[in-house]
Amino acid sequence: MSKTDRHIVRAAQRVHRSVQCASVSAALLVAVACGGGAGEGDATRTAVITVDGSSTVFPIAEAVAEEFQLVDPAARVTVGVSGTGGGFKKFCAGETDISNGSRPIKAVEIDACAAAGIEFIELPVAHDGISVVVHPDNDWVSTLTPDDLERMWNPAAQGTVVSWSQVRPDWPDSELHLFGPGVDSGTFDYFTQAIVGQEGASRGDFTSSEDDNVLVQGVATDPLALGFFGYAYYEANRDRLKLLSVDDGDETNGAGAVAPSPESVRDGTYQPLSRPIFIYVNPDALERPEVSGFVNFFLSDGASLVREVGYVPLSDAEYALVQRRVDDRVIGTMFGSGDKTASLTVLLEGGR
Amino acid sequence: MTRRQRNHWLDLALHGAGLGATLLGLGVLAALLFDIFSDGFGRISWDFLTSFPSRRAENAGIYAALLGTLWVITLTAMLAVPVGIGAAIYLEEYGGRGRWSRIVEINIANLAGVPSVIYGLLGLGLFVRTLALGRSVIAGAATLALLALPVVILSSREALRAVSPALREASYALGATKWQTIWHQVLPVALPGILTGMILALSRTMGETAPLITIGALTYVPFAPDGIWSPFTVLPIQVFNWVSRPQEAFLANAAAGIIVLLALLLVMNGFAAWLRDRYQH
Repeated sequence: MSKTDRHIVRAAQRVHRSVQCASVSAALLVAVACGGGAGEGDATRTAVITVDGSSTVFPIAEAVAEEFQLVDPAARVTVGVSGTGGGFKKFCAGETDISNGSRPIKAVEIDACAAAGIEFIELPVAHDGISVVVHPDNDWVSTLTPDDLERMWNPAAQGTVVSWSQVRPDWPDSELHLFGPGVDSGTFDYFTQAIVGQEGASRGDFTSSEDDNVLVQGVATDPLALGFFGYAYYEANRDRLKLLSVDDGDETNGAGAVAPSPESVRDGTYQPLSRPIFIYVNPDALERPEVSGFVNFFLSDGASLVREVGYVPLSDAEYALVQRRVDDRVIGTMFGSGDKTASLTVLLEGGR
Repeated sequence: MTRRQRNHWLDLALHGAGLGATLLGLGVLAALLFDIFSDGFGRISWDFLTSFPSRRAENAGIYAALLGTLWVITLTAMLAVPVGIGAAIYLEEYGGRGRWSRIVEINIANLAGVPSVIYGLLGLGLFVRTLALGRSVIAGAATLALLALPVVILSSREALRAVSPALREASYALGATKWQTIWHQVLPVALPGILTGMILALSRTMGETAPLITIGALTYVPFAPDGIWSPFTVLPIQVFNWVSRPQEAFLANAAAGIIVLLALLLVMNGFAAWLRDRYQH
């Protein structure tokens, strides 16, 4: 055996002892981790209130969860962000207690829930005004009509409506750059429903992002841009964006063009782009005291939290109607076959 | 120009190109770091590290996410490392050089390149739903372990292959069995390489967001994990959520979260370097 080989062997023996030492400590760690988990796992599982769904509703759910923790320290609320559709998938598989939705539940989702034997109670918790914005340097547009938006966004506009002058002849003949939320978002679904008349029907050649800050950034740096997203994102960036008013031609809900604001969204004069946002509660979960406590707290103390995170609360009368849906355990959606953009109060009263 | 002069200039040019490439990478990294630190360094405090998430940016902290990351990465290591090294030993020492082992080898190399969200879908179907582990720390760790496995196996194989055949032969000559040779001679010598690959794989895994979002890791968790069945969130998800908030103050939180994640990565990589040095001589 040469000198170097002896050296290698000695080094190997030294390392070998360390390896044994390391494997023993790893085994110990496993034992500790598993022991700790098995003991407490089941107890914590039952006390957890699981909320998931729309990223639009997330800030509200987070705020309510945070405050509820102070009222009921024993309850543990977790909130996930799977998107409205992804949230309903988990809800209808019985994996969550409450699902956040930035649009009403769809017929296919109702069917999926029914197939799994899962019922739901639909509770509007706030309004959101979808804001249409342009770059602050844009001096040719300050109001537009739903028809203008339809000309920009309908599926047939893809590749053909590419300049502002094609929407209205008195607008400049410069390129039109569109920014909108991703096709998985409830905001996109609601916008296409309200403007094009069919959910999900839209041109595909626009800059889309699931992250609304990317849209803010895009519109704020492009003088030829037009984009839409939730009101909270306009509110937080008002000095970098120009907000457009929408004139729906209907004098009964506010004359002329109306810009989204907490007042116009709440009193329903900002049409057709203001929408209610929801939580859907599993009635079986509602039998658990911590879940019913959380839902009641959401409706009784939620209004100020809704305002704080940038959304528009319902009126007190509407919250009272929603609370009655909880107390009466009203199963199913109030958006059966009727008008999806009807006033919330009308729907709430009709639903009883 | 003589040949000697030409070679001299060529040498200088290559030297310059190499330096330029290095500086370019470092420059981009420095710009990123500067941007992150100027946005987020002011937010780092003991409170930030020990607070739970909040709707108020100034009260929000990363305690749940930090603990979640540590839990998940520790469990991931416990799952991926024994299996990964075991597979590498089998493939390198026992597997032979036939067609079968080549097919396995190609497949593992391919797996290392599969987008991480695919592992998330697998984890959702297999661990969360079929095995009913739920959206727990253990389901997240198992998913990330799948993600880390190909890299651990490949780097462990490389390390085993680099062990001098003379050592193996010497061991056999002294009458050691195959297993004794592997355990007492080959593994200890290959250990620095194995550890380095393992820690690099885990570092990469620690930054993953997509697979954990797919299996349903949460975003708002007001408590640290207290067991392997606990719901959890991790640092990248918390950062991702803060980045997408409209209020500017949350962006500073996101930057601060990134700094903490970077610090954690630096500690792990530093540990890898220390281990390598310690066992190499």
